[in-house]
Amino acid sequence: MTEPIVTTPLRERATNALGDRLLHEALDIATTRFITLRREAFDDFPEGEQLRDRARAIKEATLQRLDTYLEMLVANVERLGGHVHFAATAEEARDIVLGIARRTGARMAVKSKSMATEEIHLNDALQAIGVTPVETDLGEYIIQLAHERPSHIIAPAIHKTKGQVAELFSRELGRPGLPADPEVLTKIAREELREKFLQADLGMTGANFAVADSGTGVLVTNEGNGRMATSLPRVHVAVMGVEKVIPSMTDLAVFLAILAKSATGQKLSVYTTLVQGPRRPGELEGPDEFHLVLLDNGRIAQIGGTLRESLYCLRCGACLNVCPVYRQIGGHAYGYTYPGPIGILLTAMINGPGSVKDLAHASSLCGACAEACPVRIDIPRMLIELRREMDARRIAPWTERVVFKTFARILRSPWLYRVGARIGRIAQRPFVRDGRIRALPFFFGHWTRTRDLPAVSARTFQERWRDL
Amino acid sequence: MTGEHARPGAASASTAAPRRAALMITCLADMFYPEVGERIVRLLRRLGVEVTLPPGQTCCGLPLFNSGYHDEAAAVAQRTVALFREDEAVIVPSGSCAWMVKHEYPGLLRGSADAAAAERLAERTWEFSQFLVRRLGHTAFETDVQGPLAYHDSCHLLRGLHEGIAPRTLLSHLAGAQVVPLPGSDECCGFGGSFSVRLPEVSTSILDRKLANLEASGARCLVACDAGCLMQIRGGLARRNSPLRALHLAEVLK
Repeated sequence: MTEPIVTTPLRERATNALGDRLLHEALDIATTRFITLRREAFDDFPEGEQLRDRARAIKEATLQRLDTYLEMLVANVERLGGHVHFAATAEEARDIVLGIARRTGARMAVKSKSMATEEIHLNDALQAIGVTPVETDLGEYIIQLAHERPSHIIAPAIHKTKGQVAELFSRELGRPGLPADPEVLTKIAREELREKFLQADLGMTGANFAVADSGTGVLVTNEGNGRMATSLPRVHVAVMGVEKVIPSMTDLAVFLAILAKSATGQKLSVYTTLVQGPRRPGELEGPDEFHLVLLDNGRIAQIGGTLRESLYCLRCGACLNVCPVYRQIGGHAYGYTYPGPIGILLTAMINGPGSVKDLAHASSLCGACAEACPVRIDIPRMLIELRREMDARRIAPWTERVVFKTFARILRSPWLYRVGARIGRIAQRPFVRDGRIRALPFFFGHWTRTRDLPAVSARTFQERWRDL
Repeated sequence: MTGEHARPGAASASTAAPRRAALMITCLADMFYPEVGERIVRLLRRLGVEVTLPPGQTCCGLPLFNSGYHDEAAAVAQRTVALFREDEAVIVPSGSCAWMVKHEYPGLLRGSADAAAAERLAERTWEFSQFLVRRLGHTAFETDVQGPLAYHDSCHLLRGLHEGIAPRTLLSHLAGAQVVPLPGSDECCGFGGSFSVRLPEVSTSILDRKLANLEASGARCLVACDAGCLMQIRGGLARRNSPLRALHLAEVLK
């Protein structure tokens, strides 16, 4: 268990998000753009479909021998002079990083974008021991200035319009009157961050992949900040989920061919940074120390669990962009580190199924996520499995369980079904006008508040059949 | 729903067209849209198909399945499999129900005495537009619906059964009808079964997007192959007093 359970009901969080006009505007522009770019990238890339199958197969094969590949990775990282740590929980991972920070006397940490460090809530922990974390990815930098958390896996500030960012920079950086011009704002962020890179003693990153047979950590970025964070500070710590290990460089080529296309529609990201241990004798740059923190935090249990396939995830964010729910409410309304369809599964993995009691239903099961996923993770299937667990473990509210079990009883009996239709016809009488129902009491109002409901027909099709 | 890549045209009209077909009317069409069933029956009869209606039909159990009540869904599936055991072709007017029968029944009944029957039913079950195009090989129809028309892909038909071609084929062959593209036609309408009442505000917000796209398309009438989508989209149009309509494909073909 790593994250505080969110107590505001999901429906309330979602409704609040729906009421935020700027959020709606920002999400609509960004997700539409991501969808178009991704589509164009794969349209221009006929091998894409085969490579997706291949990538999926590599992920599955790696999971089947995860222990072997992790051992290989550890041996190779150590051979290169790096240190490997294993963290069973988020707390352990934090303690490991804090231990390194304390021992090396770090005062400032520059961070390249990393969801794993978000997952373990590292920034607060660093701050608490007097190490200043500085996010250096532009999106992460924006939300750090705003004291928020990422609302998208690859575009953390997707919920902000450029106007909001201009205001934020003007206020927080003491430079009043900045224009809502991304180029100007990026230049300012770069100036601010350049100095931090030179001051920082700790470079914190995640890893998109770790290649077992060579002990190589791989970072995929667009801003070059990953390269700075891994080469300028004297200590580099990478925190990575155990499932990110891949067997070989040949496999890496497969993933790199589809990752950026799925994420941003780019053929490749601007920077692909390969890191092999600390600086070696004779090398001009690189850290004195390199640490790799391998994070379990619920992952290993799912190798044999219902959420197994979610361990294939590359964190590209494609499923968020196409999700009709995400596109309406954005990432914060989900309440946990990982938003969107895959985020619901990852939240359940990290915090247990009870944490997604409501979130498991935050999907119309439209299947757009599974279709967009580069490794074809069947997200809707696992959402349904989670819902099943809710019933089996009696996590679902008893009222819901009674309703569905009664409903099931009716569906097993044509007699009860016919009686149900008759009762419906009688019960609806006070509410029907011109064959439509505009308002209903109780739970049914959830439908009729915004939509008309058709009246139960005076004669059902089965009742009409003999006259046909 | 599966993550498999869409491959339209998996089935073919190779074997001789069936002379008899059973209609699985589905709960929504039975209770709310019986005229859809009537249109299907008349249309098929005109094409020389004798339509039967196995008595005692209720619901395919998809709402139970999607909410995680799988034992209950399996019991409903078992009943449905028994009802249609003898039929050589089963026609379903909703993509989602057809998907339930074709994709989920075999899994739900695996290992039970009905496993083989469930597999057989899955093979012989056709969503309405697929039956016309892929089984009967019949694509020429007329219409008296005033266009322009726009087609909405229901999620389970498109991404579950990988079918986006058959309904469009039927619409594009309609004599005298203008068909216009619907922006975001493959995007969910926000129905999602119990999702529509669990998170009604989100469901409606997704619907708003669909209706805005419909308005932008210039179509007078949206056409769909799923009673769930139609309930959602019609409900939204009616509430907004919109002059636009939403019809089941069977209501468009003559």
